[in-house]
Amino acid sequence: MADIISEYEDMLPPKIIEGIRNNIPKGISDTKLKKIMEAVHLEYKNARVTPGEAVGLIAAESIGEPGTQMTLNTFHFAGVAEMNVTLGLPRIIEILDGRKELDNPMMEIYLKKPYASGKNINDLKNLALQIKETKLRDIATEFTINIADFTIDVKLDREKMKALELTNGKVIDAISKQIKGHNIKDNKESLTLKARSKEDTFNDAYKTKEKIKAVTIKGIKGVSQVLPVKREDEFIIITAGSNLADVLQLEEVDAYRTTTNNIFEIEQVLGIEAARQAIINEIFKVIESQGLNVDVRHIMLVADTMCVSGTLKGITRYGVVSEKSSVLARASFETPIKHIINAALVGEVDNLNSVVENVMVNQPVPIGTGLPSLTVKPAKEKEK
Amino acid sequence: MKKQKFKVDKHILTPKHIKLGEREKAQLLEKYHVTSKELPKILKTDASIKDMDVKIGDIIKIMRKSETAGESAFYRAVSDV
Repeated sequence: MADIISEYEDMLPPKIIEGIRNNIPKGISDTKLKKIMEAVHLEYKNARVTPGEAVGLIAAESIGEPGTQMTLNTFHFAGVAEMNVTLGLPRIIEILDGRKELDNPMMEIYLKKPYASGKNINDLKNLALQIKETKLRDIATEFTINIADFTIDVKLDREKMKALELTNGKVIDAISKQIKGHNIKDNKESLTLKARSKEDTFNDAYKTKEKIKAVTIKGIKGVSQVLPVKREDEFIIITAGSNLADVLQLEEVDAYRTTTNNIFEIEQVLGIEAARQAIINEIFKVIESQGLNVDVRHIMLVADTMCVSGTLKGITRYGVVSEKSSVLARASFETPIKHIINAALVGEVDNLNSVVENVMVNQPVPIGTGLPSLTVKPAKEKEK
Repeated sequence: MKKQKFKVDKHILTPKHIKLGEREKAQLLEKYHVTSKELPKILKTDASIKDMDVKIGDIIKIMRKSETAGESAFYRAVSDV
């Protein structure tokens, strides 16, 4: 029995095979099973997209139409505590444009066993605080420049430092690692920075003063807020600000489930295939949260298009559109004059192989029945 | 905080990447009537194949987990741009 099913393993997707395996009655005869398999295979073949079908157009319509309903309830922020989340159309546009800087970058950090169960809330809180970025300006009360010798005094807030388990030594370490060429003196309540080079001017001192304000003393760079929340049975940490590469290095973090909403970061850290999956997940999440219904296959097609070239490309004139080989197709999207002038300058040739350019010159488009054409295959010379 | 080693291929978002052998590669190109240049690309420096021994022109088989098909195979050719 199993043989008959496994014969079709190359012809049918695993999900369908599994469905058949789970649903056939026990003790079915081989002939009947064979009939079932044949019928399923025929149905499957009929359900596939026919060659020449304009799948991109259908995907565009299928995402675009629900998108018009989304526009009305746009720019709403669903508050998870005081954290902002971009939802609705702005988020979809953000993903499809392949933007590097998001309005609200976020991470969902999953945790390993003792932390995930949330039995010890204090541990969880501490961990969250360790992840949150502390800059020097958060623990200092005053930055002053001593005009006489161009040194910078940083007055420290002892109470805040105590809460974060910081000592002067740790602060000095962090500063000296990120700002080079300065001697730092520890005066207990404050720190004094003095440049090693003697040609330091007031201007340099001022620049350094501004720079050290943003020095990361503790935590992960870019994470501005942390929020432990309970999701289903476990506690996770949601952050505002994203830095996947650094978070995955932490021992307490379940690195294999932790994700970010910044697709570019995912591409950098996990590769292009992970980025594709992330695009699908993120778009689907938005559409679902708006109560709309779009088949994932359309979203998959868009995600695939954004990822074919090996790097992430947005659906913009700088992204996937710039990859098109036809001048007219590129010109029909945005900034037509720029494209046509450039093409004229370098003598580009348009072979009219695709859809838009054929629409422009009033010819049948290579879609559906317009796709097949006759070609002559020259006979090979007979080998003697 | 202590650090841990992170393996890209174990992450839930990353599907399995398998390098095709020469024979499998030839069979694949024959089956779809394509050259490896016409396949979708993956950078040689891509995080998921960084540790693999690949050269430009190799084909990587990617076993994607698909919501609609269960699992589907996808092919990318290693490229440098």
